Amino acid sequence: MRAALVIAAKDLSQRIRDRSAILLGLVAPLGLALIFSAIIPSGTESFDVKVGLLDDDGGPITAPFVDEVLPAVTADGIMAVTDYGDLPALESDVEAGSQNAGYVFPAGFSDDILTAQGGTVRLLGNVDSSISTQIAQAVLESYLSEVDAIGIAVGSALLSGATDVDDITAKAAATPAAVTLADTEAANRELDITTFFSAGMAVFFLFFTVQFGVSSLLEERFYGTLPRLLGAPINRWAIIGGKALTSFVLGIVSMIVLAVGTTVLIGAEWGNPVGVLILMIAGVMSALGIMAVVAVISKTPEQAANWQAIVAVALGLLGGTFFPLSQGPRLLALFSKLTPHAWFLQGLGDLSAGDGLEVVITPTLAMLAFFVVTIALAVVFGRKRVLAP
Amino acid sequence: MNVLECEGLVKAFDDLVAVDGVGFHIAEGETYGLLGPNGAGKTTSISMIAGILESDAGTVTVAGTEITTRTTEGKAKIGYVPQDIAIYPDLSARENLRFFGKLYGLPKQSLDSRIDEVLEVIGLSDRGDDRTEEYSGGMKRRLNIGIGLLHEPTLLILDEPTVGVDPQSRNAILESVEQLGRRGTALLYTTHYMEEAERLCDRVAIIDGGKIRAEGTRRELVELVGQRDTVNLGVVGSAQRLVDALGAVEEIESITSTEGSVEILVEGASSLLPRILDIAQQAGVGISGVEVVEPNLESVFLHLTGKALRD
Ligand SMILES: Nc1ncnc2c1ncn2[C@@H]1O[C@H](COP(=O)(O)OP(=O)(O)OP(=O)(O)O)[C@@H](O)[C@H]1O
Ligand SMILES: [Mg+2]
Repeated sequence: MRAALVIAAKDLSQRIRDRSAILLGLVAPLGLALIFSAIIPSGTESFDVKVGLLDDDGGPITAPFVDEVLPAVTADGIMAVTDYGDLPALESDVEAGSQNAGYVFPAGFSDDILTAQGGTVRLLGNVDSSISTQIAQAVLESYLSEVDAIGIAVGSALLSGATDVDDITAKAAATPAAVTLADTEAANRELDITTFFSAGMAVFFLFFTVQFGVSSLLEERFYGTLPRLLGAPINRWAIIGGKALTSFVLGIVSMIVLAVGTTVLIGAEWGNPVGVLILMIAGVMSALGIMAVVAVISKTPEQAANWQAIVAVALGLLGGTFFPLSQGPRLLALFSKLTPHAWFLQGLGDLSAGDGLEVVITPTLAMLAFFVVTIALAVVFGRKRVLAP
Repeated sequence: MNVLECEGLVKAFDDLVAVDGVGFHIAEGETYGLLGPNGAGKTTSISMIAGILESDAGTVTVAGTEITTRTTEGKAKIGYVPQDIAIYPDLSARENLRFFGKLYGLPKQSLDSRIDEVLEVIGLSDRGDDRTEEYSGGMKRRLNIGIGLLHEPTLLILDEPTVGVDPQSRNAILESVEQLGRRGTALLYTTHYMEEAERLCDRVAIIDGGKIRAEGTRRELVELVGQRDTVNLGVVGSAQRLVDALGAVEEIESITSTEGSVEILVEGASSLLPRILDIAQQAGVGISGVEVVEPNLESVFLHLTGKALRD
């Protein structure tokens, strides 16, 4: 243990000196989180999606949306809604970008739904404001999923012989309209955009930071100092232990500094510190294991660095550290669970939704599973080679 | 008690048997040389002796403690100077020494003063705080040795410490090795320079193809070849006339001549030389130069392996 500490202390002082660990572990993620959060308007208060509304229908199905859903969303500061009288004006404004999106309810929409013929709402979008369009779409979709339910309720009411269609619809719509908004929030267990980018960049660059400790074993071989370490009166595992400790310290320190830094500088909200720390520890360990496997099968420090960069970027992209996974295809969200990054972000998301500490258990176990599996692989591949001079 | 005893060391890399049954011992205060060409198995042998490389077979005992790759305490008795420079370029000499001092568990109170001592010995006192990447090749070599000395080992293993070093640094290194030997540190010194082995070592093992071919003091090894000296004579006038005149001398084993020179192989050149010069004078052949070459480890190596030590 003493020898491992001596080795880790030496490695850490080397890493601090060459500055690349500081650059990749702190400067780059913090800088990118700052830039992203500046480019992409953050927080619900300031993020106004400008939406135009053309309601040619004015029937009982659109009424709850126009009268209750949209005002509620507007009050939350998510949207600003403008009424339009005709389609061409709305279309040209959306195209020009003065509106980010447009809702078009055609005449007779409600009737079509109520007579079970199925109606069509049009969503106008602007390619330059795809996130805004997606938000507008999300609001509409969560309402329409309620409409389906209404349609079914009305349908079955008619079959069972009720006659006052308007009354039934009003009753059916009254409760779901309130539920719709509640659902939008509950389904969105994601981090706000500032926290998302802060955490995403932190976990993305974590893999680069951790690599410095793991790869220094290759560096020892390269400098010829590995035989000296092997000849020293210490347990050989202390050499591995020292390297792992170096990685761990670099990783956890950079994560903590980033969490504190983004909280102070751009108002990221990481959530319960204990939960965050547990997720961080598990995240660092998973990164350590994955980078160890790459280091073990590499021959030179350069080769290791190249492969580690490829692996770190690939896992980071797949793990959804650059864009929220909900914005991508479903399959991606599924595959992303093959990365520790996604588990880390999921854990933070659940934590930020205000749930108890128990929500970190599954993500933590998933990340520790990565650690166990990759360390086992590293031992299998590296047993013979790593500690040979 | 011997400082080092090793026996039956074997190491193969895939099909290549790099070391094949190497064994020898080093007595207290003795300087022992492993002399052999590139690829002879010197580094592989001492890597096993130092407990760095796992052996396929054989045993190593240093000052009574068995050494394997898993030994911890026993390794503290060994100082190891790798063939390739093994220092951290981004640390200063002092920091390099401090790191290895801690690793060898040197007591904190005395570590700094011991580091100063070593810096003094290797002549780096005034550069001790500079990063070693700014050092010259010779300075790096000296630090490389200094790290091996730091913990005052019972047995110091030096693997070709003068390779790629300018003559001046080389001499400085040889002198400090001699000094260590005089102070009673047992030394295991590998080299492919015959002169270094002759100058430094009390006993020498000649290693080739992973095997020790012969072992002993310089004298003992030379006797293996037979004690023949070579006398080279520079001749003014007819070399053939001198060859004919010398034909009567029984002690001369063989004689060859070229234009302007005669080469004579004899046993004990020093006693025979006056007679040879006498005969030359009587034959009326002028002598422009005399050179006597005693047999050396180079010729021993040639004799034993049929090839030169270096190509
Ligand atoms: N790690 C290794 N893998 C494969 N072969 C090796 C390895 N180390 C040494 N060898 C081989 O073993 C043989 C002996 O090598 P070794 O380094 O012991 O020679 P040496 O006497 O130290 O030579 P030199 O004077 O060049 O340093 C060589 O043929 C070498 O190629
Ligand atoms: Mg060698």
